Amino acid sequence: MIESRTGKWETVIGLEVHAQVVSKAKLFSGAGTDFGAEPNTQVSPVDAAFPGMLPVINRFCVEQAVKTGLGLAAEINLPSVFERKNYFYPDLPAGYQISQYLQPIVGHGRVTLDMPDGTVRKIGITRLHLEQDAGKSLHDQHPSLTYVDLNRAGVALMEIVSEPDLRSAEEAGLYLRKLRSILRYLGTCDGNMEEGSLRCDCNVSVRRPGEPLGTRSEIKNLNSIRYVMQAIDYEARRQIELIEEGGRVEQQTRLFDVGRGITRPMRSKEEAHDYRYFPDPDLVPLVLDSDWVEQIRAELPELPDAKKARFMSEYGLSADDAGVLVTEKETALFFERVAEGRDAKTAANWVMGDLFGALNRLGVGIEHLPVSAEQLGALIDLIADGTISGRLAKDVFAEMATSGADPAAIVATKGLRQVTDSAAIEAAIDTVLAAQADKVAEYRAGRDKLYGYFVGQIMRATQGKANPALVNQFLKKKLAG
Amino acid sequence: MSDPALLALDLAGARDGLTRKLFSARELTSAYNDAVAEAKRLNAYITPTPERALAMADAADRRLARGEALPLDGIPVAVKDLYCTKGVLTTAGSHILDGFHPPYESTVTEKLWRAGAVMLGKANLDEFAMGSSNTTSWYGPVENPWHRPGDNRPLVPGGSSGGSAAAVAARAALAAIGTDTGGSIRQPASFCGIVGLKPTYGRCSRWGVVAYASSLDHPGPMGRTVRDVAILLRAMAGHDPRDSTSAPVPVPDFEAALGGDIAGLRVGIPREYRVDGMPDEIEVLWQQGVEWLRASGAAPVEISLPMTRYALPAYYIVALAEASSNLARYDGVRFGLRVAGDSLEEMYELTRAAGFGAEVRRRVLIGTYVLSAGYYDAYYLKAQRVRALIARDFARAFERVDCILTPTAPSAAFAIGEKSGDPIEMYLNDVFTVPANLAGVPAASVPAGLTGNGLPLGLQITGRAFDEETVLRVAEVLERAAQFRHLPAFVAGGGS
Repeated sequence: MIESRTGKWETVIGLEVHAQVVSKAKLFSGAGTDFGAEPNTQVSPVDAAFPGMLPVINRFCVEQAVKTGLGLAAEINLPSVFERKNYFYPDLPAGYQISQYLQPIVGHGRVTLDMPDGTVRKIGITRLHLEQDAGKSLHDQHPSLTYVDLNRAGVALMEIVSEPDLRSAEEAGLYLRKLRSILRYLGTCDGNMEEGSLRCDCNVSVRRPGEPLGTRSEIKNLNSIRYVMQAIDYEARRQIELIEEGGRVEQQTRLFDVGRGITRPMRSKEEAHDYRYFPDPDLVPLVLDSDWVEQIRAELPELPDAKKARFMSEYGLSADDAGVLVTEKETALFFERVAEGRDAKTAANWVMGDLFGALNRLGVGIEHLPVSAEQLGALIDLIADGTISGRLAKDVFAEMATSGADPAAIVATKGLRQVTDSAAIEAAIDTVLAAQADKVAEYRAGRDKLYGYFVGQIMRATQGKANPALVNQFLKKKLAG
Repeated sequence: MSDPALLALDLAGARDGLTRKLFSARELTSAYNDAVAEAKRLNAYITPTPERALAMADAADRRLARGEALPLDGIPVAVKDLYCTKGVLTTAGSHILDGFHPPYESTVTEKLWRAGAVMLGKANLDEFAMGSSNTTSWYGPVENPWHRPGDNRPLVPGGSSGGSAAAVAARAALAAIGTDTGGSIRQPASFCGIVGLKPTYGRCSRWGVVAYASSLDHPGPMGRTVRDVAILLRAMAGHDPRDSTSAPVPVPDFEAALGGDIAGLRVGIPREYRVDGMPDEIEVLWQQGVEWLRASGAAPVEISLPMTRYALPAYYIVALAEASSNLARYDGVRFGLRVAGDSLEEMYELTRAAGFGAEVRRRVLIGTYVLSAGYYDAYYLKAQRVRALIARDFARAFERVDCILTPTAPSAAFAIGEKSGDPIEMYLNDVFTVPANLAGVPAASVPAGLTGNGLPLGLQITGRAFDEETVLRVAEVLERAAQFRHLPAFVAGGGS
């Protein structure tokens, strides 16, 4: 809800996400899909729309779309139809994009959002359809000519359309993160927004609470969650101001200017396109075998929502902790390997605490951290069996995160093994107390606070290796005199 | 063997002569290379490929010498210039494909070469196969080797596979391959006095064939006899995983289906296949065809194909809609003609205006119109419904009959320019042939007689989907009965 000078406004948002399908080959040709390959090296005559070339559907891409549909709790449409969307553009070699229109492969589904206040919001999915990506026009290679790179032309995309169920930029951000998480769990899209494997168009309108939907504008081709949120915020405020000043929102396509943080109408191409959709006569309707779909369903991995519920029930984690741990599949897997046979809460604390800290510090993902789940588990074991103290363990972990060494080795080479020899501890206590006779006297006179000071001195004298429990036990006794 | 004698052989006869080593593939191909040159004035070829033909013939001779003959070894054929041939100029009869040398070979031609056939060259056609008279080619009209006796006006060979038909009729090719979207094999076959077969949709792969209307385009064989066409079809046909509309069905030995008894076969005679202004002699020939089949023991059955009257408009909507989209790729960006402009839009406009002829532009415009918002339902969608009804007409008819006999076209060959004033009059030429394209069922045209002024007329046999065998068997019975031995005014080698 946005509060303005004239009262409350509600923002209504629907998102169209273009997710590049993880597949070695394109949707209708055998050409490769390597990101970052030399221009025009991932192109077959089919992708370049040479005369007489025909599309043949890539079964794996279809499987990926079905898998995604199932992951979004959506209906799978056994028959679906590919249509041609006709328009001229140099990076669209055939003059049409093969897409799905009236009969998409996936129908209604939903994505569940965990809201910051602990509630849950269900966001409707309208549809998911398969389509070809276009190539890329390069305008910066020559002063007056445009170059075309067709490497991306024909790569499979899933267009995932949400219902207009989102109500704020924050919700849109949550939705995208959740969607990306699901896609990554499924392995159907790598979710890499910088490389363009996940792009988003936002439909934004505003209205007074309870009123019918306002006129929407569509902000095209946003490639980061941050930009999506900024663009929505800007656009909602722009529309509110416009209406409040007596204007009317026009249905139009806008672009987000990243530098200035504003949206502006897309130039020239404003003549409304008539795409002249019609079923592609080069392709027969796609008819899926329901047994095949059920087989894919049976092989679906555990998805974030289910995993979160299981982490809560099986490991006794809080909703927040479980939610954090399941966001990335790799993190969840890592956590489970650490927690195996150990105290789950300790494992969770280590993963979300020191480990996340190290990831942030090093700027890497969990799969690139030199510490394996087994190594972190071993570290936790060293604490549990009293080999090292919890405090020293933090130093050991920091060392592991840089060198990748086993915790036992670090403990051994640095001599960090906890001292549990009573005589040695008692000797250390005696030395400290003897050197601080005046403070001992003060303590005995009632300055209880000095107790912590003595502990600190003893730990320092033992380089932190003294077993804290034994220190307590003997110190209390000796101070009591 | 003299050249005229070689050229007089049909495909089956040439195959026999080659196997028996009466002559070599090189001799046969040389005779045909000469014939192609001699027939130049017909303009049947856009690109003759005599050197390649000789090289292919020599390879065939080596196999023949080793006793490892392939089914079509040494058989010289003309290829409609709609089939992409690797490294050989492929034009689709259009200026817009200037200089286009495909880096791939179409499935059907690849199969022919693998079967040992020899490519004489790329045959002329209507631009992008859009036409019924072969007058829309950027490379000029093709002339029919037939003339009206005592009248030297050049006649059209029919279209769009007019170059293929004229070449076969003039003995400038032993056989040819064409494509049939609305009659483009059968109507020129009828006009030129040869046999042409449009197989079932999905029987021959469309991969590598320049698309006109994808759901209606059918590659198919053209030859001097029904047997020749059967032999050629077997080599062309077969499932192709690169064409999603190709049918995964086995390819029968079509030649083996010939010569069989047609006693008891039920032949449908549709009462709707009559149009205003159709010459009586065509009606008479049709009745003659019925009598020939009856005499062979077949049972003529009157049937009704009520939706036939809507076939032509439905065809010209569906075909042109698909064409408007299929031809969008000719934009001057990646291959063929490019006319530079000051902006992208201008480059598109100048390139397409210069590259496409008037008939192609007309069809792209109509096709764009019928798909446009607000018109789609009234035109494209309705036409698709009509198409489904036409297919149902055929399906119902084939519950009662085994094949259907009709005229191939409502006229014989007409003079070049005679019908170019009114496109509708030209489109009417396809009235008997388009229903089989819309329904995807096989149909053949067989030369059955001459008009009063000495021009060939064909009869059309239509069959059940994937039952080309019955179509060919009945066609051969007609062929035998008709005893069509006439030769056109021009024949390479002078005729014999």
